[in-house]
Amino acid sequence: MYQTHMYEGMLAETITHHGYQAEVINAYFARPLGAGPFPGMVVIHHMPGWDEWYREVTRKFAHHGYAAISPNLYYRAGHGTPEDVAAKVRAAGGVADDQAVGDIGGALQYLLSLPYINGKVGVFGTCSGGRHAFLAACRLKGFAAAVDCWGGRVVMSKEELTPMQPVAPVDYTQDLSCPLLGLFGDEDRSPSPEQVNQLEAALQAHGKVYEFYRYPGAGHGFFYYDRPNYRQEQAVDGWKKIWTFLEKYLKV
Amino acid sequence: MCTMIAQQIKVAGSGKGKEGWFVLQEANISYDHPYDAPWEHALNIDFTNEALGPGARVAVELSPESARLLVEAIQAVLQQAEVGGYLDKPA
Repeated sequence: MYQTHMYEGMLAETITHHGYQAEVINAYFARPLGAGPFPGMVVIHHMPGWDEWYREVTRKFAHHGYAAISPNLYYRAGHGTPEDVAAKVRAAGGVADDQAVGDIGGALQYLLSLPYINGKVGVFGTCSGGRHAFLAACRLKGFAAAVDCWGGRVVMSKEELTPMQPVAPVDYTQDLSCPLLGLFGDEDRSPSPEQVNQLEAALQAHGKVYEFYRYPGAGHGFFYYDRPNYRQEQAVDGWKKIWTFLEKYLKV
Repeated sequence: MCTMIAQQIKVAGSGKGKEGWFVLQEANISYDHPYDAPWEHALNIDFTNEALGPGARVAVELSPESARLLVEAIQAVLQQAEVGGYLDKPA
C-alpha cells in the first residue's frame, strides 16, 4: 500500500501490439516507473467503448502497482470518438468472440514479454469486458487471476447464440485456468441473479477457485461514476475486493 | 449489459451531424446501453453513413414508450401524406 514517503511515478501512453491473427491493434498502457518486477493486468473495456473511464481504470491499476494494458477491441471498426466507434460495433452485434480472445491473448503476450513483469498477469473487465475476461481466462493459458464485473451473457440461451458468439462462455467453465473474482449487482438483469447462480453452480461443479460478491441495492455498472447506476458504497467495497484478490494471486 | 439486440436497415435521406449535412446510408436500431440517456438500456437509433467513417452519425436514445410513440407518429404522418396524394413514388 502506498505510503506518503514513497516515490511514485507512472508512464501512460498509447501503444500497438499484435492481436487476433497477428493483426496490429492499439492499446492504452500504463505502468509504474521503476525496474519492477510488477504484476500485469489486461484491462478489457466495456460495450460502450474504449473510453475515458477505461483509461482512468488502466491508470488506476498502474497506481496500485500493476503494468496494465487495455487493448482496443474495436480497433477494426475504424477510428473516431469512442462513442461513435462503439455505436458501430453495437449495431454489428458486438465483436466476434474469437477475435476478442485473440486480441486479449496478444495483450497478455505483450505484457509477458516485458522485462519488468513478475510473470503473473490478471485480466479484468466490466460489462461485455467482464464476459470477455471470463472467456479469455477459460480459452487462454497464462492468466493467474480473472475479475468479471457484471459480465452479461456469460450464461446464454441457445436463441442468443450467433455466428460471432457461438458458444456460451459458461460452457467453457471446465477450462477456466485461474482463480476468478466476480462482482454483481442484485438488481442487474444481465446478468440476472439467476444467471449468476448458474455460473456459480458451474464453477462449483468443476471445482474451480472463485469468489463471488453480490451487492444489494446495485444494478448493472455500479462502478461507473458518470452514470445513474453508480453506487458509491458498493463501488468502494468492490474495488477493495479487487485489490485484495489481485494481491493474493499476482503479487506473491 | 449489452443485450446485443440490434438491427440495421438501409435508408435514403440526409442527416445533420457534427460537421453538417451528409448522405444517410444506414439506420442502426438497437435496444442496448445508451451513452447519455440516464437508463441502463434505451432504444437507440443511429443514422449513419459507414463509408464516411464512424463519425458520420446522427444519434438518438429514446425510452421504449417514446420509441413506440415515434413509430405511431411516423406511420400516422405517412398515412396522412399518402391519403393526400403527397407521397412521391420511389425512384
